[in-house]
Amino acid sequence: MSANLIGLLIDATWQTLYMVAASTVLGTVLGLPLGVFLATSQRGELLSRPWVNKVLGLVVNATRSVPFIILVVAIIPFTRMIAGTSIGTTAAIVPLTLAAIPFIARLIENAIREVDSGLIEAARAMGATPMQIIRKVLIPEALPSITLGLTLAVVSLIGYSAMVGAVGGEGLGDLGIRYGYQRFMPDVMAVVVVILVVLVQLVQSIGEWIAAKVDKRAPKGRGQ
Amino acid sequence: MSDPKKQGASIVFQAVGKAFVKPGGGVVSAVDEASLTVEAGAITGIIGRSGAGKSTMLRMVNGLERPTAGKILVGGQDVGAARGAALRAIRRDVGMIFQHFNLLASRTVAGNIALPLEVAGVPSAKIKARVADLIHRVGLDAQSDRYPAELSGGQKQRVGIARALATEPKVLLSDEATSALDPETTQTVLQLLKDINRDLGLTILLITHEMAVVRDIASHVAVIEGGKIVEAGKTYDVFAAPQHPTTRSFLSGVTGVTLPAFIKGRMHDARLPGPCEEVVHVTFAGKHATDPMLALLTRDLGIAVNILAGAIEEIGTEPFGNLLISFDADKGDQARAYLEQHGLLTEVLGYVG
Repeated sequence: MSANLIGLLIDATWQTLYMVAASTVLGTVLGLPLGVFLATSQRGELLSRPWVNKVLGLVVNATRSVPFIILVVAIIPFTRMIAGTSIGTTAAIVPLTLAAIPFIARLIENAIREVDSGLIEAARAMGATPMQIIRKVLIPEALPSITLGLTLAVVSLIGYSAMVGAVGGEGLGDLGIRYGYQRFMPDVMAVVVVILVVLVQLVQSIGEWIAAKVDKRAPKGRGQ
Repeated sequence: MSDPKKQGASIVFQAVGKAFVKPGGGVVSAVDEASLTVEAGAITGIIGRSGAGKSTMLRMVNGLERPTAGKILVGGQDVGAARGAALRAIRRDVGMIFQHFNLLASRTVAGNIALPLEVAGVPSAKIKARVADLIHRVGLDAQSDRYPAELSGGQKQRVGIARALATEPKVLLSDEATSALDPETTQTVLQLLKDINRDLGLTILLITHEMAVVRDIASHVAVIEGGKIVEAGKTYDVFAAPQHPTTRSFLSGVTGVTLPAFIKGRMHDARLPGPCEEVVHVTFAGKHATDPMLALLTRDLGIAVNILAGAIEEIGTEPFGNLLISFDADKGDQARAYLEQHGLLTEVLGYVG
């Protein structure tokens, strides 16, 4: 494999990491409040806004039903509006983020819903406001699940990032298609796959390690 | 604790009702026309079976449930009418402990106790000192930096109690706080509640389905059945002369005076023809509890007495005895009159041939 190709692989790896990191951060910043709201706004819940909850739920489901490759193409005008261009790695962050928001929101919603309702009751009995309950009780208590959920989101986004080649987003997936498939270079394809496998493995391990760190539910060293 | 003694607040239920709308339509009444005055600074127990409405009663005191009829006054303030910030201010004056503790798994012992203070906006330096005080009071100095998962049930409830006391409330609500604990731990937790009541003078309202809890710490008791308060008064008076069948059935569990099965099976409500025995429940209260009354009965009237079951125990500081006896039904009136004359309470349970 030529030095040129190795350079390409290194660049592509960085591009993938850049797209995934940026869309994870943006997706979490926007998906966390959405997920918390979805988890606390049904009738009788803390923020009780049943209609807004229903409408947002429908929007989230609709976004999640669109296959990613179609989403990428369908929102090209929107991407151009946000990123100034519809082509390239930075532009690809827009569809990736848009796909990440509803996905992360649902993961966070599930994590928050797992929190024992007795804790919400105890916090209400203390005179906590709904925002205090969310900040001081729900999110800290859901943190281990949220961490695992975000790990899952990052892994999925690594997969999605392989498809943004369709709009000129670069990265490992794009490299694999253009060199490995279209130029008949199976060794490039193999290396791309190996790097992706290693990346996912790494992300998963780090995610699980952090989740275990923040999880205080089971006593350590007593093998539960 | 460094704080000056704080006066507890009274709790008044005025014809309180709470109806829930069932998911499929229709209405269930959990509490119905309940009136009860909980004295400031006293320990009062509400006892009832599951589904009797006791939990709803308790949860209305801090506005976790809103009454659909009547009023609840805590220290004179109408809880049912309070909303938003006013309700949160009342809640800071009312601490609550729970059957399943409801501690945050993500916070240490100290962190859990600090939570209500953070919520109330207390500056962090003050929080630290106050938390240290509370941890010491409940005897968990060594566990301060542990997480709830590393504690025993009794220790968890101590954290719950310290947390409930953090904002210096005037009232402490206890929602079956000892029901998940073993008998020994129950005793230590009840003792802690007693000490807190004595030292801080706060009002404690607890709900339970165990008469033993009421006997051990409550000076006043209310019995709830089907959403209604069927009996209420000083614990001693209710134990000595229970009026309602529900109260009696709760008492029979705790006073050790259940009829032996072989008698129960043969007992009739009405007097039988021919010779038969009358089964009588005798209650000894106060100074008579230790008198040898049955021996005197036999000596003075020559009536032979069968003892079927019995126990003598203490409620508060006063002795209290319960006996189930039987004697010749022909001499029943005479024997009961004699016992009543000497300050004992009698009740005919039935007749055995």
